[in-house]
Amino acid sequence: MKHTISVLLQNRPGVLSRVTGLFSGRGFNIESLSVAPTLEADISCLTLVTTGDDAIVEQITKQLHKLIDVIKVTDISETDYVEREMALVRVKAEPSTRAEILRITDIFRGKVVDVSPRSFAVEVTGTCDKVKAMIDLLRPIGIQEIIRTGTIAMTRASKKF
Amino acid sequence: MKITGAQAWLKCLEEQNVDTVFGFPGGAVIDLYDEILAQDKITHVLVRHEQAAVHAADAYARVIGDVGVALVTSGPGATNTVTGIASAYLDSIPIVVFTGQVPTGLIGNDAFQEVDIVGITRPCTKHNYLVKDPNQLVSTIREAFHIARTGRPGPVLVDLPKDVMAAKISFPEPKPVKMRTYQPTYEPHPGQVEKACRAIMKAKKPVFYIGGGVIASKAHDELTELARKMDIPVTMTLMGLGGFPGTDPLSMGMLGMHGTYYSNMAVANCDLLVSVGARFDDRVTGRIDAFAPHAKIIHIDIDPTSISKNVRVDIPIVADCKHALAGMNNWFDRCKEIDLAAEKEKHEPWLKQIKDWKVEHPLGYVEETDIIKPQFVVQKLHELTQGDAIITTEVGQNQMWAAQFYHFNHPRAFMTSGGLGVMGYGFPAAIGAQMAAPDRTVIDIAGDGSIQMNIQEMATAMQYKLPVKIAILNNNFLGMVRQWQELFYDKKYSATPLDVAPDFVALAKAYGAVGLRATKPSEVEPVIKEALATKNLVVMDFVIAREEGVYPMVPAGKATTEMLLV
Repeated sequence: MKHTISVLLQNRPGVLSRVTGLFSGRGFNIESLSVAPTLEADISCLTLVTTGDDAIVEQITKQLHKLIDVIKVTDISETDYVEREMALVRVKAEPSTRAEILRITDIFRGKVVDVSPRSFAVEVTGTCDKVKAMIDLLRPIGIQEIIRTGTIAMTRASKKF
Repeated sequence: MKITGAQAWLKCLEEQNVDTVFGFPGGAVIDLYDEILAQDKITHVLVRHEQAAVHAADAYARVIGDVGVALVTSGPGATNTVTGIASAYLDSIPIVVFTGQVPTGLIGNDAFQEVDIVGITRPCTKHNYLVKDPNQLVSTIREAFHIARTGRPGPVLVDLPKDVMAAKISFPEPKPVKMRTYQPTYEPHPGQVEKACRAIMKAKKPVFYIGGGVIASKAHDELTELARKMDIPVTMTLMGLGGFPGTDPLSMGMLGMHGTYYSNMAVANCDLLVSVGARFDDRVTGRIDAFAPHAKIIHIDIDPTSISKNVRVDIPIVADCKHALAGMNNWFDRCKEIDLAAEKEKHEPWLKQIKDWKVEHPLGYVEETDIIKPQFVVQKLHELTQGDAIITTEVGQNQMWAAQFYHFNHPRAFMTSGGLGVMGYGFPAAIGAQMAAPDRTVIDIAGDGSIQMNIQEMATAMQYKLPVKIAILNNNFLGMVRQWQELFYDKKYSATPLDVAPDFVALAKAYGAVGLRATKPSEVEPVIKEALATKNLVVMDFVIAREEGVYPMVPAGKATTEMLLV
């Protein structure tokens, strides 16, 4: 099963390799990973998507927490959460397909961010599934390049007053 | 007043009550050695290979029950420590290793004797540091010691660039280390303690399965009290030997691959397994689904990752073993529903069953009159030292025979590379142990193969007048691998016969030590007696039965009840 895990860590040199080394050394999967500073400049948030059964994910969270530089580990997929991913997609743009590309972009609330005589670069954000759906629709038209970020995720705030 | 980084380093060691450093100099650490020479509070022991410095610091730590320290130079000095660090990591031994590094301005330039030791040791240290800012030096060293000695102990490496050692800094006042990201759990959850106690009261066939955590947390007395209070039999891992008195009637000795028949039978048949500071290693469990198949499992461990890693646990207790066991003793003492005499009586049939197993297949070997059996040597060592020596071992058959036949009654008397299984551990460890306990008898039980992996340390022992005793069980084989080849590879002895070997007696003499040899059983006792009476490094070369095996043995991947017996 897929799990999205959020890790708060000290923003220190080498800390990312402690996390990735843990995954490679113990044979855990990383599907995607993204990391950037939080409100506090010396603390970073790392969001990673991994797969595994309950026992493996339990080990992953425990092992992450054991790293000295790690402050907090949350398995976000066990909460109510929002997740986002972004992709930049360069599509071959012939006179006959330009309108179609713009229509698809519009449907997914995407944006054209770069135009050339022979291609459009399109930006889309959303859940992993949404990004994938748009890419699948653009593929027959002729995708030249795709750059995707990893997933980032945030637990929804309590709705109570 | 400003002092140099090197002076601050030395002050930090004093602050941490370090009195001995095992090391080997080099270009990147000359500043530190310059300071070492200028003082007399800290003894520096010059080893002959950096790996030995780490093993010696490891054993030193085990004997004193605090942090051991090693100091080496950059590059090859640092890489030579990796085996020792990995061994200490798997055995949870608190050490701090200081490595020299090229000046910060050269880092990343492939400078002479530069290596990314922090990168190399990241997966085999509890934590490690590269100090780039001289002003962070002192706080980093304080953190390093704090991390090494608290929680589940382990090795910490601090990489020290040469210019940081030369920089002028002010020495900050000592204050307790507080870390936002690192707060080990020492106190057990009272609810879990009660659950565990109630499970013990319900059990008819309980077993204690204890590991190195009992020794690390100094929980020997609490465990002994609890086991005796309820008459619960105890089995120990290799790392747990000495955690419970080996000659106590409740002791079943070691379990697992080369464990006793009765330990493995008891675990296979128990209805409650109380694991204390052990981690369900594959050498202990054998085939995992056949391990304690009928038992409810209680697991006490300070490291949450150990719990439910290999075996699903019913009652986890994340805590320091000493605190958890004290909590359980306390609970039983205050419990009004419990009748201790009735509890003991309830366990009688179970203890009787274990006694029967002990009679059925005791730990033993086939004695011979004209050939020395290695087990006989270990028994004699035990007898002639009244079981009171500090024993270190190399790895292989020598290690298992030592574990089986030297019955440890006290913790911190048995030093072995348990998790990593390092050939060459025992002799440097004996040097470290002897430095820590100058008045004790320290014996390295070795094989003729593994003693050669760090034999250069004879010079170290001689230099510091350490009267370590080395007992080589000499079968001209890499014996444990030979045993596997005999049993599982059609006796094809590929690369295991040691056809060329030094004359160990002559070699001892070459170093100025004493060399003794026994080739007949009748010579064993006189040789040991002479060695024990000699105030010098002694090498005892016991020429033993060449193809003697270690039994019982559970073949790898089999259930622990599928033992090959003597």
